[in-house]
Amino acid sequence: MTAGSEARADGATTQAADPPIIVANGVVKTFGGLRAVDVERLEIRRNKITALIGPNGAGKTTFFNLLTGFDKVDSGVITLDGEDITGTPPHRLAAKGMVRTFQLTKALAKLSTIENMKLGALDQQGEKFWSALIPGSWTKQEREIEARADAVLKRFNLTHMRDEYAGTMSGGQRKLLEMARALMTDPRVVMLDEPMAGVNPALAQSLLELIKLLPGEGRTVIFVEHNMDVVQEISDWVVVMAEGRIIAQGTKAEIKNNKAVVDAYLGAHHGEDLSKMELS
Amino acid sequence: MDWGFILERTLSASIGVEVMVYALAAVGLNVHFGYTGLMNFGQAGFMAAGAYGIGVTVYWLQWSFWVGIGFVFVYGAVLALLLGIPTLRLRADYLSLVTIAAAESIRLIARSRVMRPITGGVEGVNKFAEKFYELSPFELGEFYSVGPFKYLGRDVWVLVVGWTTLLLVVMMVRQLMRSPWGRTLRAIREDEDAARALGKNAYFFKMQALMLGGLIGAVAGCIQSIQKSSVQADTFNPVITFTIWTILIIGGPGRVWSPIAGSTIYWTLIVFVENTLRQLPADTRETLEATIQLSDLNISMLRYILVGSGLLLLARFRPQGIFGSREEMALDRR
Repeated sequence: MTAGSEARADGATTQAADPPIIVANGVVKTFGGLRAVDVERLEIRRNKITALIGPNGAGKTTFFNLLTGFDKVDSGVITLDGEDITGTPPHRLAAKGMVRTFQLTKALAKLSTIENMKLGALDQQGEKFWSALIPGSWTKQEREIEARADAVLKRFNLTHMRDEYAGTMSGGQRKLLEMARALMTDPRVVMLDEPMAGVNPALAQSLLELIKLLPGEGRTVIFVEHNMDVVQEISDWVVVMAEGRIIAQGTKAEIKNNKAVVDAYLGAHHGEDLSKMELS
Repeated sequence: MDWGFILERTLSASIGVEVMVYALAAVGLNVHFGYTGLMNFGQAGFMAAGAYGIGVTVYWLQWSFWVGIGFVFVYGAVLALLLGIPTLRLRADYLSLVTIAAAESIRLIARSRVMRPITGGVEGVNKFAEKFYELSPFELGEFYSVGPFKYLGRDVWVLVVGWTTLLLVVMMVRQLMRSPWGRTLRAIREDEDAARALGKNAYFFKMQALMLGGLIGAVAGCIQSIQKSSVQADTFNPVITFTIWTILIIGGPGRVWSPIAGSTIYWTLIVFVENTLRQLPADTRETLEATIQLSDLNISMLRYILVGSGLLLLARFRPQGIFGSREEMALDRR
């Protein structure tokens, strides 16, 4: 842990050695009367794994959508490496090095595994209409992309599925594929929305190992997760949301014993004898 | 019954003008629906754009035939932009609503009395295709026959140009769909958000696909109007659009050759059934007229009923179409 990083229950600034890679300032999103997200300030630290946790309906996924451009903020500013990215559409963010996966896996079932992977590469000459008509203009790049895709597939242990339709994969394999495909964009920030949901324990372990490697490659990881064991195992920093706000952040040890967090998850009265509670 | 005559008519139809024109229009729809998942219910509108593009330019403006050909593309592209800009950011359903409404609007406006000085109203436009037939190496008024195939010279010329165009367009689409550009379209067809998260500007790709398929439709409309030597608004009614859909579904959406196969099967069946019914022996016809009131008039209805029943069987036993992949189809249900 970096010296001087201190959790503060109001969610205010935390100090880190490097400047933060993502900063969200005064980000508000309302749906009708509901304030789904109301984040005063959040800094995401570079090349660390940050977990975003909170009870159902805490606004985690909405916040995720705001950060990745899939939803528009009502007010507030989001910056990536100092650059204002508020309201930038997802495809531009991907080009800037910010990629996401989805809670409901979006492996493209009718594309083969290798096609899914190759889709992830950015700046493809063959994706331009007129170049597409002239194979000579893109086949060389396509071969390079394919070699890179094969290397990533190998690392994710999916080589045996290379030429199968992604639709024939198991739920866990699809999660792996989606993450592998996201890495094909060579991202600076990888945002994983519930990467472990529906993954069997054996596969989950290898997925965790793969996530742990990312900071060492110069990638920042932000993930939403419900499984506290996972959070405990891989996160450097934990951010807790409830009712749209950040109620606490800190190292996993600090969060574990934070009263506000326990209250948010279990209700303020947990542990009390029901018979002694006032009925309102 | 004159089986020789039925065979000649059927075989001639199997590579005839209708097959070629509808296959071309279906190639356009295949780019839309088959590869990109765009629900275009107004392909007849794009055909109209192409037909009026050449007809109005040459007949009313008296500009050259070749400028007219240029306007086929201009009108098709403008229509694609008009339809795509407001709808492609929205859910898929909106495009289908807007395209069917736009195609009908084009037809009704073109046939209205107000538009008569430009579109010729109900009578339409003619005398714009002379240049095309001047270039014909075949004698326009003479019959040419090879084996069972028999056509008038002017139609032979239309067929030569039309099939050449069709094959070139199919080869072009095949090349495009094998490229990363086509891969991105297929990704968008399946899940637009996944493609966007991976840095693809889905809106832009969908617009390109809408424009490409629309331009192919416009070329089909242009060839059809040249063959008829006239442009009439009512030719471009919604039935045309749904016939094109039928053809694409017979062949199997998202496959390169399916528009040609679908169109051949559809029109061959239609022509075969009609000619067979008309050639039935006199006593059989009397019986049919007495029992199910099959008169000369409703033979043309019956052929659609029979072809429709065939389609039902296809949907039941081969839902993926002739060329479609059952494996891919099965992935939908997982």
